[in-house]
Amino acid sequence: MNKIADSDALSPELSITTTDDVAVNFDAVTKKFGDSVALNAVSLSVKRGEFMTLLGPSGCGKTTLLNLAAGFFGPDGGEISIDGKRVNDVPTYQREIGMMFQNYALFPHMSVASNIAYGLKVRHISKSEQERRVNAVLALVKLTGLQDRMPRQLSGGQQQRVALARALVINPAVLLLDEPFSALDKNLRAAMQVELRDIQRKLGVTTLFVTHDQSEALSMSDRVAVMSQGRIRQLGTPADVYCRPSDRFVASFVGDANILRGRLEQIEGASAVVSLGAARVTVPSAPLVGVALSSPVDLFVRPEQLKIGDVSEPCATNGTVTAQVYQGGHVDIHVASEASSRDLLVRTGEHDALSRWCIGRKVDVLISASDGVAFATTSDVR
Amino acid sequence: MPRSTYQRLLGFSGKLAVLLIVGFLILPAVVVTMAAFNDKAILSFPPQTWSLRWFVKAIAYEDFRAGFYHGLVVTAWSSTIALIVGALFAFALDRYQFLFKSTIEAVLLSPLVIPHFTIGLGFLILAAQTGWTRTYALVIACHVVLVLPFVLRSVYVSLRNLDRRCEIAAASLGASPLRVMTTITLPLLLPGLISGWLFAAILSFNEFTASLFVTAQRTQTLPVAMYNYVREFADPSMAALSVMYIAGTAALIVFANAFLGLGKVLNIEQNR
Repeated sequence: MNKIADSDALSPELSITTTDDVAVNFDAVTKKFGDSVALNAVSLSVKRGEFMTLLGPSGCGKTTLLNLAAGFFGPDGGEISIDGKRVNDVPTYQREIGMMFQNYALFPHMSVASNIAYGLKVRHISKSEQERRVNAVLALVKLTGLQDRMPRQLSGGQQQRVALARALVINPAVLLLDEPFSALDKNLRAAMQVELRDIQRKLGVTTLFVTHDQSEALSMSDRVAVMSQGRIRQLGTPADVYCRPSDRFVASFVGDANILRGRLEQIEGASAVVSLGAARVTVPSAPLVGVALSSPVDLFVRPEQLKIGDVSEPCATNGTVTAQVYQGGHVDIHVASEASSRDLLVRTGEHDALSRWCIGRKVDVLISASDGVAFATTSDVR
Repeated sequence: MPRSTYQRLLGFSGKLAVLLIVGFLILPAVVVTMAAFNDKAILSFPPQTWSLRWFVKAIAYEDFRAGFYHGLVVTAWSSTIALIVGALFAFALDRYQFLFKSTIEAVLLSPLVIPHFTIGLGFLILAAQTGWTRTYALVIACHVVLVLPFVLRSVYVSLRNLDRRCEIAAASLGASPLRVMTTITLPLLLPGLISGWLFAAILSFNEFTASLFVTAQRTQTLPVAMYNYVREFADPSMAALSVMYIAGTAALIVFANAFLGLGKVLNIEQNR
């Protein structure tokens, strides 16, 4: 499944059925800063109306890709097009983009209304039309009545809404968002995520969103491009990258993962079976090509796919509880086991987990999912 | 918690020290101000009888009137030219990399370390060669050199504090570079530009040492006129002039504060 999504992105000639569907296209884009390669022949097509997230650790090239779309600098190789038009040499101000910055970058000497109307004024839109569109977008971001305030009189959340309104009011071909929520506290962030997604869906504006926060990426996106070291490691829906990561990097970067030492039982066509104790897990065979039968492989299992049971059930492995972490909605139990070099992380919603699985208790660990992912033990570099 | 005698003593002497220092700083202004209202024709302190007649005399004195006018002309031209030149250089130094950048920066700031009489003398020698000795151009050129470093500094600091992302945001909204300059960069720099101009104007209007070399009878500025006056007379009209100087400058700063916020004009507040 993930392979299909992958090839979709990596070979644009397959994914572009009609150019009308593609809002932003990167074709083998390379960018160097001095000797370091920030982007290495990256190809990516963002469909019209799609919410696409670039996810990765700092330095992976996600912001560079966004800045290339904005035109703050040019690529060293490859082509970038917006709405089917090559924009490599088009300066930022002629690109019809809307951008929201990490610190919002509101104009401190202008009122909320003037900030929002700036892009309309630059486009010589009539005063009455400006006013109409400013009022409409203010209602959209729920700031009606604040048009005469100055930016410094607004809270962080309100400033963010102004920044969003300012970027949206010009009906951009693509909305570019650079870690817009990083300055907000946790509750406000969650509320703004829902709201931004809602607005994006209503307007159907193509959105390219940069974040290092995997939960943000999973909750908001239509598709996620997981990046590392200047390349796209996997492109797919949030469920794709979470449940069917294409390599070890994606598996460990997106969500928590336990790495268990299993054994390759059988390999047949697109799927393979990995065994661990009494557990048998079906995995995609692609990452395991070339691995000999019954040799060890690394099985990646999410914390919520592990279950703790009493000794004697047919189980995957066993171990000793070393820590309990109470999280309110769930409990994380750490189990030291032979099957993994690190403590296993077991996530459970049981009310009595804290008292049942006390520290020092010997327990069995079961794998509750019947399918997962596995990778060859050493070959793949993180 | 009760404070010990030692702590109280320390607090008291601390307040006293602050009071003494502040008093010492404003002492000359206080003495001169009081002397200005002296009825007698000598510069003495404290005055026995009070009068405003030295103010009347100072305002009526022809050389002072001429000096005031010359000073305004020189100040207006020199601080405006210095502002334009200084702002351009500050912009170039902040935004661009070029050859001999640090050398140019050092040269631009060098009038800070060269004595004013050296600069005045230099201009005088040059002017003597070209026959410019009696012109405004000479005085203005000399003052531009003297005040340029202050304008440059002031604008440079504002540029440093300017959030470049505002300019980038404006560009992303479709503003051409010229439009970004006029609608974002310049308005945000305005407090720095005004404070630079104000500093330059105050410095230029008060400048004496270099002005003594480069002014002639026809271009004599107020401080030079005062110097010439004090060589012959020693009545309190000098003090009266000083009071008007202080009042004028204070009024200027109050005005700047009222309309622009002193913190912003003097670049005390960090730009957001």
